[in-house]
Amino acid sequence: MHSTSSTLVLVLAVFGASLVEMVEALTLVVAAGVSRGWRSAIWGAVAAALVLGVLVVVVGVPLIRYVPIDALRVVVGALLLVLGLSWLRKAILRGSGHIALHDEDRIYAKTVAGLQEPGGDSGTAPVAGPHQFDGVGFVVAFKGVFLEGTEVVLIVISLGAAQHRLGLAALAAGAAVLLVGIVGAVVARQLSEVPENLIKTAVGIMLSSFGLFWVGEGAGVHWPGGDLAIPVLVAFWILVTIAFTAYMKTTLPTAATERSVTG
Amino acid sequence: MNAAIAKALRAFGHFWWDFLIGDTPELALATGIIVALAFLVAGERVVGAILLPLVAAGFLFLSVLRGRRRAPSD
Repeated sequence: MHSTSSTLVLVLAVFGASLVEMVEALTLVVAAGVSRGWRSAIWGAVAAALVLGVLVVVVGVPLIRYVPIDALRVVVGALLLVLGLSWLRKAILRGSGHIALHDEDRIYAKTVAGLQEPGGDSGTAPVAGPHQFDGVGFVVAFKGVFLEGTEVVLIVISLGAAQHRLGLAALAAGAAVLLVGIVGAVVARQLSEVPENLIKTAVGIMLSSFGLFWVGEGAGVHWPGGDLAIPVLVAFWILVTIAFTAYMKTTLPTAATERSVTG
Repeated sequence: MNAAIAKALRAFGHFWWDFLIGDTPELALATGIIVALAFLVAGERVVGAILLPLVAAGFLFLSVLRGRRRAPSD
């Protein structure tokens, strides 16, 4: 019996994580499509998505069947906690201005320039026709989707296995991939308008909440309210994130400080 | 063949190192401590439910401080 709250957080966490990673992957796929031809870029993206799907089944199903649930929860909880805390850390540093926001436009321009230059990243010129197969375009799109998607696979397997809801987690990830794919196909460009840092913050909060909950649950910690502790942990991390971001804004070196030191 | 396997294993190890530790070893350490703490306080009633989130938030704060942009004199 699964509570609605933990199921909802699971779906939102997987959907949000997939959305962020696939927006980043789309930038590389579009860059490969524009500079090397759409056919190879789309095949590269589809091939990577298939390999990632196979990974979920090959790794996730045996985990659910053969690993004792408490041990599984401690391990995947720890994994989610590391991932969640590092996403939150990055989101707080970005939100407070200590590090730059993720810039899809800049990444897109850099990738296109590298792929189009004769002596650029690809080392070869693009093929003549837009419908011909181009190995470089395929590899760039494949790597983009595969590398960004690996983190999603880990989240799907961890959250899905710990709750014995691998199918639901995979479905939520698939829905995000489909959404980004459709929007990307309609607008045919990278999605720089998506508020990545906000989504990343939300996912970091959910992963940290699930991570802590599963570590505790697997180790035998008593969570008051059972699964209802998950929304309480989510609220805790929201407050922590707001407070840390506000504090970190006060620690930004001012332009005057930097001038007085360097001048 | 052996070289290819060694290369694949190195890449696999590299991926997990980057994923789990990377440039934030303090968060990996924090997770290890939290797991150990969870087992230590498992028998207590609600101590773990209060302690674990606070310890995790404390480590996150330290990690965020470590990653902040500093004035050039720092």
